[in-house]
Amino acid sequence: MIELGWWGVPVAVLGGAIRVSTPFLFVSLGECITEKSGRINLGLEGILVMGAMTGYGVSYTSGSPWLGVLAAGCAGLLLGLLHGLLCNLPKVNDIAVGIGLMLFGTGLAFFLGKPYVQPKAPSLPSIPFGAWSDSTQIQAALQVNPLFLIGIALALALAWAFRNTRWGLVLRMVGDSSNAARAMGYKVNLVRTAATAAGGFLAGVGGSFLSLYYPGSWSEGLSSGQGLMAVALVIFARWNPVQCFYAALLFGGAGSLGPALQSVGVTSGYYLYNAAPYVLTLAIMIATCSPRRTLAGIPGELSIVR
Amino acid sequence: MSAGAGRARDALEAFLIPVGALAVAMALFGVFVAVLGKNPLEVYALMYKGAFASSFSWQNTLSRAAPLILTALCVALPAQAGLMIIGGEGALVLGGLAAAVIGTLFAGAPPVAVKLAMAAGGMLAGGLWIALAGALREYRGVNETISSLLLTYIAIAVFNHFVEGPLRDPGSLNKPSTHPIGDAYMLGNFPGLDVHWGLGFGVLFCIAAYVLVRHTTHGFALRVVGGNVRAARLVGLPASGLLLAACALGGAAAGLAGMVEVAAVHGNANASLMAGYGYAGILVAFIARQNPLAIIPVAVLIGGISASGGMLQRRLDLPDATVMVLQGTAFLLILASETLYGRFRFFSSAPAPSRAEAAPPVPQQAAAT
Repeated sequence: MIELGWWGVPVAVLGGAIRVSTPFLFVSLGECITEKSGRINLGLEGILVMGAMTGYGVSYTSGSPWLGVLAAGCAGLLLGLLHGLLCNLPKVNDIAVGIGLMLFGTGLAFFLGKPYVQPKAPSLPSIPFGAWSDSTQIQAALQVNPLFLIGIALALALAWAFRNTRWGLVLRMVGDSSNAARAMGYKVNLVRTAATAAGGFLAGVGGSFLSLYYPGSWSEGLSSGQGLMAVALVIFARWNPVQCFYAALLFGGAGSLGPALQSVGVTSGYYLYNAAPYVLTLAIMIATCSPRRTLAGIPGELSIVR
Repeated sequence: MSAGAGRARDALEAFLIPVGALAVAMALFGVFVAVLGKNPLEVYALMYKGAFASSFSWQNTLSRAAPLILTALCVALPAQAGLMIIGGEGALVLGGLAAAVIGTLFAGAPPVAVKLAMAAGGMLAGGLWIALAGALREYRGVNETISSLLLTYIAIAVFNHFVEGPLRDPGSLNKPSTHPIGDAYMLGNFPGLDVHWGLGFGVLFCIAAYVLVRHTTHGFALRVVGGNVRAARLVGLPASGLLLAACALGGAAAGLAGMVEVAAVHGNANASLMAGYGYAGILVAFIARQNPLAIIPVAVLIGGISASGGMLQRRLDLPDATVMVLQGTAFLLILASETLYGRFRFFSSAPAPSRAEAAPPVPQQAAAT
């Protein structure tokens, strides 16, 4: 047993980055798909909470956490579909519907999730990549959940698909110029609805990670803006799935700074350290946005940045 | 057709469509509870009873409506300038904290002065917070919807840090709170009603906002900025200043809501301040279609719905989130109903073809900006 002392902080931040980043990664990949189609779904926060509740509930009743992950994805898909269909109506604003979905998804999850606050559902397994080390801290830091690896694979696959497949090209065209897509004979609303539903699926999966792995239980305070931060993260990542992964790691590290410092005995200012991800998000947005030029890589139809 | 009749029809449309959407939301909610094995009629009856049936329930409803009116203004005022701010909760929390600090700092001073200072402090804290979101939008191009919600999370962290750290009253064991401001500095009740002065503040703020927005040149300029910011700049309007002022006023309203919660309800700043008034205020503002006067009745309605939550919980054993489900459903339907404006022949003031037919099929790009 080796004591790491203050070195425990970076190790814990690294481990935390791997753990905490997974929901960020899934939600931001989902939002990436949606935003590529030219719409923005701010309701992913609500979908995340709904996915967390559904995943936990299904894992508890069926005994299989992976079934829970799938169910969480399906719940997210339905909510994403709702967002997509509402936004197909003329004059309905996608940002406003996102705010509505945030309240609706959270409310529905709290309502249906009441019976699951107490019981313990089976959690997702993890792969011990740190077994070579004698230090328990390093072992704990390198417990990697399969969803994290799936997320990496998904980021690479999406980056490839956006560039090289027919679906990816159609999606990007709809997002860059709906007139061009319409002229080519594609149904713009249909593509956008499908993209929002797919984004909802991934956000739901991200939510199930929260309740089934880390922190690993269902409660009403489970999500604190991860879904929303992921939206900002996509802007930071310039709508590039691979950069979404790096950004998610960065955000995960910021999110685990508070608990890591607490574990070595720094307790004063605990709440302020916990605000680190929000401050980081805001700082990044301030640094990367500009009122005068449009952002590189932004889908032309997106209403989020003027 | 005369302009007056046309305006009346517009007003009727703006009234009937949201009411219709709310009715559909109530009906869907009835189906939802029926699926769960509860009698919807019983649920409606209990909601009415919990919200509006007795003087006690009215008192409960109105004391919830007061902060809702103020937090809804935090959405509606920036909306006049075309901004979608959803950070009212953060402004409320900081306003409450500022009021609690001022109330304990000036203990011993004359009550009127302290109350005024608490109100001013709360409004200043909230106003600066939301103006920050507006400034980030104006000078850095940061989306104000996202930044205002991030600022809310930061505000809550700051609030928790102070309430559970430097400002904590050692006597508050189970529920960390700041030192009580003392009975002398508490806001009393509205004369003749069992409701605190916060309701009066809210109504006054709404009337002032309505007059400002609809009947002054500044308000007109603000709405021009909201309609088209480039056109506003071209005709020489001080767009940045107007936009920041709208944000600051909205934030001041939400900060005042925090002061009212501290000075009229809790007596100190603690976690009970975060009761979700900031988020429910967004719903109120959208149902009221960002009209400051319409906010008052809508806030009473939404306040009533949330007041009835306790009754549903006790009598029917429904979870406390039941009210949230209804509010979320109502929110989505209200937004979806936006598509109905200009669709009904009855409401269009001229016999000319309706807007939907006359306009070319524009690509649907919901421009929030």
